Amino acid sequence: MADSYYDPADLRKFGKISEWSEELGTKFFDYYGKVFEEGALSAREKSLIALAVSHVVKCPYCIDSYTKDGLEKGITKEEMMEAVHVGAAIEGGATLVHGVQMMNKYNKLSM
Amino acid sequence: MATKSLKARHDELALNNKQLEILNGGPFKEGELPYFKDKLDEIGQFPLRPKKLEILQINVGYMCNQVCEHCHVDAGPDRKEIMTKETMKLCLEVIKNTGAHTLDLTGGAPEMNPNFRWFVEEASKAGIKDFIVRSNLTIIRANKKYYDLPEFFKKHKIHVISSMPHYTRGKTDKQRGDGVFDTSIRALQDLNAIGYGMPNSTLQLDLVYNPSGAFLPGDQGAMERDFKKALKDDFDIHFHQLFAITNLPIARFLDYLIASGNYEDYMYSLVEAYNPAAVKNVMCTNTISISWDGWLYDCDFNQMLGLKVNSSVKHIKDYNEDILNDRDIIVSQHCYGCTAGAGSSCQGNVI
Ligand code: SF4
Ligand code: SF4
Repeated sequence: MADSYYDPADLRKFGKISEWSEELGTKFFDYYGKVFEEGALSAREKSLIALAVSHVVKCPYCIDSYTKDGLEKGITKEEMMEAVHVGAAIEGGATLVHGVQMMNKYNKLSM
Repeated sequence: MATKSLKARHDELALNNKQLEILNGGPFKEGELPYFKDKLDEIGQFPLRPKKLEILQINVGYMCNQVCEHCHVDAGPDRKEIMTKETMKLCLEVIKNTGAHTLDLTGGAPEMNPNFRWFVEEASKAGIKDFIVRSNLTIIRANKKYYDLPEFFKKHKIHVISSMPHYTRGKTDKQRGDGVFDTSIRALQDLNAIGYGMPNSTLQLDLVYNPSGAFLPGDQGAMERDFKKALKDDFDIHFHQLFAITNLPIARFLDYLIASGNYEDYMYSLVEAYNPAAVKNVMCTNTISISWDGWLYDCDFNQMLGLKVNSSVKHIKDYNEDILNDRDIIVSQHCYGCTAGAGSSCQGNVI
């Protein structure tokens, strides 16, 4: 039993979620598989997007998975870190842009 | 970065039995992962049987000028096992009479065997269709006496297959040693300069990509495109094909997996990626591997685990292709490496 909420070994059991709802689980994994196929974007580009998003949604399982996936695809650590910065910049920007709302509200309430 | 072989370090992993104990134990013994033979059984392929012999792979010695971290041979400058001329003569007899169309010389660094050139000259007279030498590239630049190797290869129309872990310096040097990348690039330029690897050239130059760590190789075609573009753009280097080879949990790679705490996860990844469609084309089904001291094995990996062929013919001095081909191939959990994803052999993907 893990002594923290996240146990890396749980990642191997991801597929088991289908056992409690086969239809939805299967639909999800079919969709997931399709999304990551080579398409208008290369599998390599998709892997970097997934890595950036993993950081933004702060999922340790996805971070592990897409770091490994990046290695498998020959993606360099410099490319991986740049992707993480893109995620961080968007996340930071998304926080900051709400500053406009704060400013609007402040101005509306102020004399 | 390793500086000595496991054998020179008197590491217990240099012992075949210790490696096999690990491969048969852990998650397999605990029933968490299925034994490879059971997976073969599920598809009616156990025991695994050979098809027609196509490839003779000869390991002319474990001596090497490098000590790569992932080496399944546990090769290095401290390994003294070298094929003698007497054993080479026995091999030549077999080469002349075999039905195999491919001869694959490997090591260590095969070029370091003092009789290497003599052997290549003699063997090339036998009219083998595809005569491969697995060169680690740096040997070509290691010492003046090797500088003319590209010309020597060209003279005998050798098909050169070379390891190139990555098209970036950092990754290559980490796996294979400081300076290996730059030396490999120079060696590739030397080979290109005399026509090897050039588009439309019949002087075949292929590269081998092994993952530099505890992960599987990605799509071979995509990797080949990335390698070709980067090596062309950065160094004006050309080559023909890229073979993506999965690292098998043997010798120094096994040591690395255990020391880095990756062994179990790696075995899970291999089992998860198991592809029954790859089974029918695994290397051992059309290959015989001959060791420096003349023993016969199903493949280079079984050779390193000391698993001699399950046949009444076990040594090159008794070679008989018909008897040999009527055998059961010996498998263990390392075989998952050959059947992961698109499969893996010395010539890359198998499907
Ligand atoms: S991987 Fe090849 S080059 Fe590296 S030590 Fe082993 S035999 Fe030598
Ligand atoms: S390691 Fe690969 S080639 Fe060797 S016996 Fe196993 S499946 Fe066959």
